[in-house]
Amino acid sequence: MSLWTMVIKMATGLERTCAIFFLTVLFSLPLGMIVALLRMSKNKVVSGVTRFVISVLRGTPLMLQLLAVTYGPYYLFGLTVSKNKLIPVVIAFSINYAAYFAEIYRGGIESIAKGQYEAAEVLGYSKTQTFIRIILPQVIKRIMPSVTNEVVTLVKDTSMAFTVSYQEMFTIGKEIANSQTSFMPFIVAGVFYFVFNAIVDFAMGKVEKKLNYYQ
Amino acid sequence: MENNLVLQMKNIKKSFDDNEVLKGISFEVEKGEVVSIIGPSGSGKSTLLRCATLLEKIDDGMIQYEDVVVANTEEGGKPVYLPKKEITHVKSYFGLVFQQFNLFPHFSVLKNVMHAPINVQKRDKAEVEKEARELLEKMGLADKADAYPCQLSGGQQQRVAIARALALNPDILFFDEPTSALDPELTGEVLKIIRQLAEEKMTMVIVTHEMSFARGVSNRVIFMDGGYIIEEGDPEEVFGNPTQERTKQFLKNYQQ
Repeated sequence: MSLWTMVIKMATGLERTCAIFFLTVLFSLPLGMIVALLRMSKNKVVSGVTRFVISVLRGTPLMLQLLAVTYGPYYLFGLTVSKNKLIPVVIAFSINYAAYFAEIYRGGIESIAKGQYEAAEVLGYSKTQTFIRIILPQVIKRIMPSVTNEVVTLVKDTSMAFTVSYQEMFTIGKEIANSQTSFMPFIVAGVFYFVFNAIVDFAMGKVEKKLNYYQ
Repeated sequence: MENNLVLQMKNIKKSFDDNEVLKGISFEVEKGEVVSIIGPSGSGKSTLLRCATLLEKIDDGMIQYEDVVVANTEEGGKPVYLPKKEITHVKSYFGLVFQQFNLFPHFSVLKNVMHAPINVQKRDKAEVEKEARELLEKMGLADKADAYPCQLSGGQQQRVAIARALALNPDILFFDEPTSALDPELTGEVLKIIRQLAEEKMTMVIVTHEMSFARGVSNRVIFMDGGYIIEEGDPEEVFGNPTQERTKQFLKNYQQ
């Protein structure tokens, strides 16, 4: 198989790689905020349970979570494994990344000075207004570097979908590598991820720059 | 208003865990009055302001703004505060200027001043902007409207904070050590603004360590120590001829 055929074949999987990536970003960012708010709840039971869930999600391999979400329903309830593996893959990725984002959000929210809340309170802002208008914009700016970090990791983590044989770029590459006994597909995959991340880096850099209108 | 009292606080008690910071403080502020509160650190001055501005809940006593009783203790019980909705309205009676300014760093100077009147008081934007620009002009900051707080000196930031508080048209303005985070030069420009407000008969309560300023600007001085009001009265008398031993001791440290 020529290098060019290899690249074309693997490129057909890029669409699915992108699907995992963008859908995970779309769902995990807001989900992470909900998890962060539950984690910071004044209710000890709510915050305790959330804390435990986060530690499980961060403390076990993503690969295991992918297997659990994809095949768990079959082993537990005898449900058939859905043909479209994108759904369980995105669910597993979104939940896992939400746990990481939640901790980033929490760090950001807790780093905002108490005086900001007090100033808003005296000025008459409601709790919701204070959070959305005063606190959140400052949090977003502060956490951008950490979020970029996670997003870059996510690009590379999409390759883990091969564990459930979801035909994204890396899975295809791995199959070619096996059938051709060639290392070349892995190099191609490496280049793909590197270029993908260069684009992500550039885009996130733009966003960070835009938020840099104050110190 | 039947009388001229903007604020009444009666028998205010406040503890943090086992530490009783306010041990039964009563004082009133009349319309147009400038009251300075002085005293050593830990005497409860700031806590008193925080109770008055509802940042802290009192353990006992009564708070009343004009004819609205905000919190009151039934006999032998815990103080009962007004419901949330009415508290929001009460907050329009007063403004607070913090020691650390606490401006919103992601808002421009103008937006810092305009944001609450538009979003909390739901006032017309054009009208608010006109007033906000006038306020900034008065603070000597007309040319800083589009700057961000991080681009300003501490003195300028504090003047923006004063404008932000005034933009809500409060009946009384509290200052919690407004110059303690500033060097002497910047202190001067902030004190000048407060003096100017005093001349305009703005009702103000100022917690301060600037003794000569307090003496010059106030109609009344309150000396606090250990959670009590030790002495209160005309500034010339409190500073010039204090009756209490504790006041004399405290003021001695300030006379050079």
